[in-house]
Amino acid sequence: MTMKRNGTPATSGRAVRLTMTLDGEKVAFTRGETVYEVAERHRREIPTLCYDPRLEPFGGCRLCVVELEGARNPVASCTAKAEPGMRVRTRSAALEVQRRILMEMVASENRDTDVDPMHGYASQEMAGLLDRYDARTGRFRGATSGTSRPDDDNPFIGRDYENCISCYRCVRVCAEQEGDYAISIMNRGFHTQITTEFGGLLKDSACTFCGQCIQTCPTGALGDLKALANKDVPGETEKTRTICTYCGVGCSVDVMTRGDEIVGILPAMDGPANEGALCVKGQFAFDFVGHPDRLSTPFVRDGKDGPLRPATWDEALDFAAGKLRKVVKDHGRRSVYGIASGRAPHEAAYMMQRFIRAGLGTNHIDNCSRA
Amino acid sequence: MSNPLADMDKPDVIFCIGTNMTECHPVAATRLKRALARGAKMIVADPRRIGLAEIADVHLPLRVGSDVSLLLAMAHVIAREGLADQAFIDERTAHGEDFLKHVEKYTPEWASEICECDPDDIERAAIMYGGADRGAIYYTVGITEHICGVDNVQSLCNVALMTGNLGREGTGVNPMRGQNNIQGAGDAGALPNNYPGFQAVTVPAHQEKFEGAYGRRVDLETGMTKVTALDLCGDGIHAMIIDGENTLVTDPDRHHCEHALRSLDCLVVIDLFMTETAKVADVVLPATAWAETDGVCTNTERRVQRLRAAVPPPGDARPDWWIVSQLAQRMGWEGFEFESAKEVFNELCSLSPIYAGLDWDRIEHGEYQWPVPHEEHPGTPRLHEERFENGRGVFKMLAYRDPEEVISDEYPIWLTTGRRLAQYHTRTQTGRSGGIDYLLPEETLEVHPDDIARLGLEDGGWAEMSSPRGRLHVKVRGTTKSPRGTVFASFAFEDVPVNVLTGGGYDPVTQTAALKACPVALKPVGPPPGVGRGAPGPQIGLGRL
Repeated sequence: MTMKRNGTPATSGRAVRLTMTLDGEKVAFTRGETVYEVAERHRREIPTLCYDPRLEPFGGCRLCVVELEGARNPVASCTAKAEPGMRVRTRSAALEVQRRILMEMVASENRDTDVDPMHGYASQEMAGLLDRYDARTGRFRGATSGTSRPDDDNPFIGRDYENCISCYRCVRVCAEQEGDYAISIMNRGFHTQITTEFGGLLKDSACTFCGQCIQTCPTGALGDLKALANKDVPGETEKTRTICTYCGVGCSVDVMTRGDEIVGILPAMDGPANEGALCVKGQFAFDFVGHPDRLSTPFVRDGKDGPLRPATWDEALDFAAGKLRKVVKDHGRRSVYGIASGRAPHEAAYMMQRFIRAGLGTNHIDNCSRA
Repeated sequence: MSNPLADMDKPDVIFCIGTNMTECHPVAATRLKRALARGAKMIVADPRRIGLAEIADVHLPLRVGSDVSLLLAMAHVIAREGLADQAFIDERTAHGEDFLKHVEKYTPEWASEICECDPDDIERAAIMYGGADRGAIYYTVGITEHICGVDNVQSLCNVALMTGNLGREGTGVNPMRGQNNIQGAGDAGALPNNYPGFQAVTVPAHQEKFEGAYGRRVDLETGMTKVTALDLCGDGIHAMIIDGENTLVTDPDRHHCEHALRSLDCLVVIDLFMTETAKVADVVLPATAWAETDGVCTNTERRVQRLRAAVPPPGDARPDWWIVSQLAQRMGWEGFEFESAKEVFNELCSLSPIYAGLDWDRIEHGEYQWPVPHEEHPGTPRLHEERFENGRGVFKMLAYRDPEEVISDEYPIWLTTGRRLAQYHTRTQTGRSGGIDYLLPEETLEVHPDDIARLGLEDGGWAEMSSPRGRLHVKVRGTTKSPRGTVFASFAFEDVPVNVLTGGGYDPVTQTAALKACPVALKPVGPPPGVGRGAPGPQIGLGRL
């Protein structure tokens, strides 16, 4: 609406078709797209380490360099906006050499180049690129950067900065996506350190323990401690897409399981409500599911003051139906009331109202939204 | 929500009232923060200096329960400053002229006597929202859990209608629903006034439709609400089936609630744990949990999404729908022979006009927001774009009402309740998830430092808090997050059962409890026996059966 009032056209893509040349192929793009985004759309598989599609382009890792006709040096495709007539090469022997050397140098700064996938969603990115570029040569071995914080006793976010490559994805996701600004960058070069204000514990910072920093970390410097506690659970990790069980936002998650056990939660980057975001509860508060306090059998109470005792389903259902039938007989069908849950699925609420309506012919049914 | 979540980073002006979104809906709040980073302005009306207030352009620290006065005054300023959208009022609304006249007398100075906000701030907020091209309102139960909850919501609708902030991108009146499927429970017909799909039970055509489907005629008369039912336990209501609600702890006036449940001839509770409510039941039936259950839920933006089982349930736990359908069969009723969640959901879709275009397979990827009236329909991310459901948006002429209980010499402090980020509801789930207690191990009462001094309390010491319905002991924490004269506690911890105190009144229309405003008295007491300062909260266990 504003756009129209200002007389600015809402889009300019329709009138003129914008094209550029990608590895000799003429391709279309929309204004505002970066060279990287255009190349991704055309399945070019340009390597990146500091890139997260949800964040502003950063241009730090330089792995996404491409050759641009007319430019003296390769340019970072993540920060270069596509322009009409641009001629770009995403692959060449020179680019591959440059990327390989970059990977060798990046790896040289870290204590470990391979971490358990339970560290987080993006934790295998660096290891994958080291393999792709055959860059596990160790020829730049020497100084390392980052000081780990084993003193941070929080139960969720492992802070193993000896495996940090200073891509700043954690800092940027915290600022740009979460708006929390809990962590920042201190010092330069080999002394670069991701830190909270005054270098303290996450608990004493603005951190909300949403876990987004863990999930965007490409090296496993940050790790999901709850998932890592399950790294030795036997079995292949399987993922099941579902919706978070807490508030009404409806964030999509992938539940990681091994055998019959939940071993961790991954945010769903394509979740329509959350687009990869989660909060502390959705990310970490999942193990109530397998808790020993869970009820695993029906219980019935004999008499008014007897104890609740375990029963079979047959016994419990007959017991409940018998008591309900007696109430209906003594006090009529309007004396039974059903309360459905706002925490259970539709089918639960639907069946409860069906029980009351189809069974008793009343509307004595409600859910827990009034309190 | 009238508008989709994706609209939350698009308004020019955000107006949050009665919503502690950074703690209760943290992922939605990230969208608001992105809007602010892009240059949007934000007004936050909340008695407490909550997280959103810290990043707002205007914070209106209104007295609990005074929302109507604030919103009348904002409407007054919008009208007086010529910021009303006359074209929208003419084309889309009814009684606009009466409303503009109605608000003439409600000046910011008048409101400030009631809501205790600075009249200049009211003026600024009204001009900010009224001047926005895209103004969006977000609210939660800080608006609804009052004796005037309906008036509060209608007051918000009034200011949105008068400024044309409905039916467009980045606008709307948007309630943030608090539970993963509270929207869906209503959609599915678990309401005393509506069949599935919000079809009123009082309409004979609906009665006929469901008689056809269920083979039994259902009363034309609206059922009673849960609140009334609890009042009538032992006196008209003699049996209850409660699914997945810890009624005893979450509902107001715990003593009354416990007495009510104990006076039933039969209480059947379906739950995951032996909750306080389950402990007073005659039959407790074990349900499957999240990640063990296939099903469907609907989020706050009306998006219908699939829940999928990832692990098997413990022992003999069964899905809620199975339990209730089996119980129905044991009652001797026909038509309850369901085999799967899919079959249940598809029956719901076949009977609900807003789900008519959906079925189990079509919601696989969660791209539909209801209403989806037929199979070719793309869903409705944004309501009211072309027209309102009932034709025109109707202004309501409202007046301010005091809460049922107001502060007095005996109970001179306002208690308001809510949630905290790390724990959820009564901790049945978060309290049993490793690590959460590291972030929030115990409940404390948030008290302004001036009140601590004035009442002779001690920061970190203990207080007895009482209302006409009960009393409890709670540890005191000094913070300027609470305004002077108002204290805050959550209902998460069993050892601080704040709902022993609440229960002073209900909204007359919805019978929603006034949980957000409860006059209390505070006095210093010693620590409970065996509890030193800084002792952790109680561990959850199975407890006494």
